[in-house]
Amino acid sequence: MANIKPLLKPLVFIAMLTPLLWLFWQWGLLFMGKTGALGANPIEASNRFLGDSALKLLLLTLMITPIRDITRWPAITRLRRMVGLFAFFYASVHLVSYFGMDLLFSIPALLKDIAKRTYITLGMTAFLLLIPLALTSTNAMIRRMGPKKWAQLHKLIYAIAFLAVLHYFFMTRGNQPGPWLHLGVLLILLGWRIAKWLPARRLLSMDTGPKMGK
Amino acid sequence: MIRVSKPWELSENQCTPEKLYLDRRQIIGSLGLSCGLVASGAIAKPPAPDLPLVAKTSKWSISDPATPEKLATSYNNFYEFGTDKSDPAKYAHALITRPWAITVEGEADKTGTFSVDDLIRPDELEERIYRLRCVEAWSMVIPWIGVPLRKILARFEPNSKARYVQFETRFEPEQMRGTRWPVLDWPYVEGLRMDEAMHDLTLMAVGMYGRHLPNQNGAPLRLIVPWKYGFKSIKSIVKIRFTANEPTNSWKKSAPREYGFYSNVNPKVDHPRWSQATERVIGGGSFSSLFNRRDTEMFNGYGEAVAQMYAGMNLKKNF
Repeated sequence: MANIKPLLKPLVFIAMLTPLLWLFWQWGLLFMGKTGALGANPIEASNRFLGDSALKLLLLTLMITPIRDITRWPAITRLRRMVGLFAFFYASVHLVSYFGMDLLFSIPALLKDIAKRTYITLGMTAFLLLIPLALTSTNAMIRRMGPKKWAQLHKLIYAIAFLAVLHYFFMTRGNQPGPWLHLGVLLILLGWRIAKWLPARRLLSMDTGPKMGK
Repeated sequence: MIRVSKPWELSENQCTPEKLYLDRRQIIGSLGLSCGLVASGAIAKPPAPDLPLVAKTSKWSISDPATPEKLATSYNNFYEFGTDKSDPAKYAHALITRPWAITVEGEADKTGTFSVDDLIRPDELEERIYRLRCVEAWSMVIPWIGVPLRKILARFEPNSKARYVQFETRFEPEQMRGTRWPVLDWPYVEGLRMDEAMHDLTLMAVGMYGRHLPNQNGAPLRLIVPWKYGFKSIKSIVKIRFTANEPTNSWKKSAPREYGFYSNVNPKVDHPRWSQATERVIGGGSFSSLFNRRDTEMFNGYGEAVAQMYAGMNLKKNF
């Protein structure tokens, strides 16, 4: 165990970078005049792939705590910052890909979309809320803010995850299974925390409050 | 407006051939029909998609270069097989397209159940190169092969009460895996006003690129209404119903704010979730053409032929 520990972070780093490298490879194929896995509409396919990667990484960030609880392997929490930052990274590339390839870098078109289209409004809000979390994801910032305040700020991740899933709901046409699947995973991850928090609170009220029951 | 053609007769082969008799369980099981209604052609094997189809060329064809066939058959919205664009090409092979029966009902004199091979007469086939404009703001240019819908509908002798015609797609969860989840209220339905249905541009297609339709493109027969968004061009049709009142259509049922009955291509009326002013041209050829968009034309460029049908109508309200 001891000898893979130092390798863990670099390995996860490479794994998280793989989807982007694959996407670059596909665009390389297109540049050489070949149709690759991105199909007939590579711009749409890329935007969706990047957004999907960001959302999945966001959920993976929220999965770290339950995994730690189940595996009783506290070292895994050291990966959370990296996964979270990769979620922000993919969300950024998703935004740039939409702004550049769909809107051809037109700021008026972007503002119009944000104001007019619910799914863009939701996605943009989620992205803006991610920025302070990404900026404060350093040890120095935790020290400067104090761990309590820092933890409070980073509770925003729950709202962001909901906004991201809603963005997906409002983007799809018809009643598609994909958004429901992601919502289901998110609810399980939140449910895990509530299930942990409830007994803890009951214990707390037994200690401090008047005697209840037995 | 309705051109009444010669009274159409059913195939002479009304008696039950042995092969059909032997296949009766399969036919009844898959179609829910009585044998007597199915003409002999219904038991023929499905034509292989690569079988060449012979067709006359049409004056309606546009001269734009056709979208590469490989793209038109791998990038499809056919939610009955999944919501990803690549799903239909992956899963539509499960659909059995022969025998294939079409039930005709409602306000017409000659209703009943007909086999696809009896409805489509080879000598009436035409090739028409149309632009297909999807509501999702992309477009393709596709050489369809089919019969003008008016020629088929006239054979059923719609009566004077028939003001609309509704179409229904096959709904078979066993073969159409996408229908196991309620993406839409299955079966998929679409409708046209009678004058739209009888317009010479409206095609009942059975082929594309000189061959039979691949399943992912709506085999064995689908509608093509080129001046309307693609979702009006309903695929794999099993029912035609003549009605007096405006029929419902699946996308309107799903999101009435976003999709209307008419759904004419209109660059000035935006979909609530995206602009309809321009469209991405699929398969332009070069790398830089991936980023090309063209201005969407009113009625998808077919305004000269169809605009008079909507004279005096508020197209913003009747989107």
